[in-house]
Amino acid sequence: MESATMPPPSPARSPVPPGSSPPPDSVRDLRTTLRPIAFLALLGGVAAVFVLELTIGSVRIPPGQVVRYLFGGEVEVAAWGTILRELRLPRAITALLGGAALGAAGLQLQTLFRNPLAGPWALGLTAGAQLGVAMVVATGAVVGSDLLTQFTFFSDLGIVTGAFLGAGGVMAVIASVSRRVSTITLLVLGLMLGFFAQGLVSVVLHFTTETQGRVFASWNDGSFAGVHWEQFPVLVPLVLVGLGLALSIVKPLNALLLGERYAATLGLSVQRARLLALAGAVILAAPVTAYCGPVLFVGMIVPHMARGLLNTSDHRILMPAAMLMGSLLGLSADLVVHLPWERHFLHLNAVNALIGAPVVIAVVLRNRQMRSMAV
Amino acid sequence: MLSIESLSIGYRNRGRETLVSSGIDLELREGELVCLLGPNGAGKSTLMRTVAGMQDPLAGRVLVDGENIHDMPARERAKRLSVVLTERVEAGLLTAYALVGLGRYPHTNWSGKLSERDHQIIVDSIERVGAEDLAHRYVTDLSDGERQRVMMARALAQEPRMMILDEITAFLDLPRRVDVMRLLRRLARETGRAILISTHDLELALRAADRVWLLPKGGSLQAGAPEDLVLSGAFEAAFHSEGVDFDPTRGAFQVHRHFVGEVELVGDGLLRYWTERTLEREGVHVWTGEGASPDVSVSVPLDTTGQWAVSGRGESTRFGLLYDLAQDIRTRFHATDL
Repeated sequence: MESATMPPPSPARSPVPPGSSPPPDSVRDLRTTLRPIAFLALLGGVAAVFVLELTIGSVRIPPGQVVRYLFGGEVEVAAWGTILRELRLPRAITALLGGAALGAAGLQLQTLFRNPLAGPWALGLTAGAQLGVAMVVATGAVVGSDLLTQFTFFSDLGIVTGAFLGAGGVMAVIASVSRRVSTITLLVLGLMLGFFAQGLVSVVLHFTTETQGRVFASWNDGSFAGVHWEQFPVLVPLVLVGLGLALSIVKPLNALLLGERYAATLGLSVQRARLLALAGAVILAAPVTAYCGPVLFVGMIVPHMARGLLNTSDHRILMPAAMLMGSLLGLSADLVVHLPWERHFLHLNAVNALIGAPVVIAVVLRNRQMRSMAV
Repeated sequence: MLSIESLSIGYRNRGRETLVSSGIDLELREGELVCLLGPNGAGKSTLMRTVAGMQDPLAGRVLVDGENIHDMPARERAKRLSVVLTERVEAGLLTAYALVGLGRYPHTNWSGKLSERDHQIIVDSIERVGAEDLAHRYVTDLSDGERQRVMMARALAQEPRMMILDEITAFLDLPRRVDVMRLLRRLARETGRAILISTHDLELALRAADRVWLLPKGGSLQAGAPEDLVLSGAFEAAFHSEGVDFDPTRGAFQVHRHFVGEVELVGDGLLRYWTERTLEREGVHVWTGEGASPDVSVSVPLDTTGQWAVSGRGESTRFGLLYDLAQDIRTRFHATDL
């Protein structure tokens, strides 16, 4: 056995003189300094793509007219106003909110499960919501959908409730096993639960009429286009509550970066934080899925894009960035979808996959990065 | 400051209790460094977790300044106790500075915003552990030792009354371990905090600790100055096992060997000491001058450029290295016990 010599402790040093400006200059690096610029760029990007969304389409509306309309002015051509009001504005707002919601949900799931590939879709939340919606549609078919369709608002509530129950159910299963299984097992479990739910969806759709089946199928493609003003009173408050909740738990999420055991010794009530983050993810993902159908990849890749841009895991910076990045990605993907193609051939999820799959592959292959992003 | 009153530690599982140790009564004073020692499986980790409030006791209380830490909200407990665990922290894209900043968690508002004072405490904590040059680096890029240092700064920034560190020296090499122990001793003295560490490093603990808590397997915990515990024979009792002896004259473990012979050793100084160690390893005692002189004699050179000479039983040989000497001794005494 080695024998160690212990020199006497050095004499007490005088404590650091107070008043040294925090944090010291050496601590700040370039990216920290550039952070406000990155945020401005994100904001500017979101605004620009938002206006482009309203401008571009089968009918081109000049950006100047779009901006004038947005600020309450009159547009030159009356039809433009109708197009903006009835079609493009609800669609753009949905993409803006939906993207932000999925991005924020993805970030809190990745931190909570310490899993860089977690997200509403990868963990089966989306499929759970799909199943819930299918059940509601099928129930409508069985009891007679007349009642439901007559009161659009209530039928919307029914669909949202279905999505909530489905996503919440899957989340409960995932959460109950998450502490006993490894990162990879959890992902496989989420994906399998997702496939299982989708299998059940097929079974459920057996009991619907052909028309309803078709309606469900088009919903199932995923799109920000189908949402109208009448649905906003349900969608918007839920998403805003979810986003507010996400912003309110940035501190617990930061503590969870150290792992649950450390977080507890820092004074965090881990049970409560888990519950809030899980519920928050459901509140964000379920209504978006209910109205837009399953939107893939956004929740998984947005947190990585935000981390890449800002080079931090600090949720006080990362959470707002993930929301902006989500909006930017949602709007951009939707913009690609509704560019005036000669044929309508691109689906939202196809665009998401084209952007998302390479990002995920990069995350997985850069092993060191994967470790560091095992948030 | 910390007092433990008739504490029983163990596990409670579906109403069934597994007792690990009971009847623990201890005190911990400000500015003291205490090392918890004990063989594997004695319940060191259970005791550490119970004292840290991460696990409930089966009976008894753990009080900090008279308040039971198991009865207070997590946030209040975090203001009194900070913990450094063995587990490697994968903090993602956080700088060491941000990680230390998380130590302010129980003191900040809902958003975790750091005030001027918080920043001062963070800077001070980083300087106290000597991690100034690590502050701007990402935690992922730090070595195990650097990470430990940063985690200690984080524990300091929490401004607790007491710091609890589990197996802090486990993954460090010897110089780093010595370093960490010196640092902890200094922190205890300078900041007036009580520091409790658990360790396997008995020799280091003996040299650095103000007090040792000795937890033998299945026995009751004994506390005292390390020297008192050596003299009372508590160490020998706690660590007694087949083939290993605790040598109270050296304060170290000794691999127990069968006695195969005795030699006369001529020479002195550092070379004599290490020659003796070599002989001991081969199960050969050094003649103390009592009784008949042995028939083999080893003479030590003046410095390492010289040669060791072994004479007796009709042959005399010289060696430039202790390795070769050991081989010769082994064949001379037909020692089979390697």
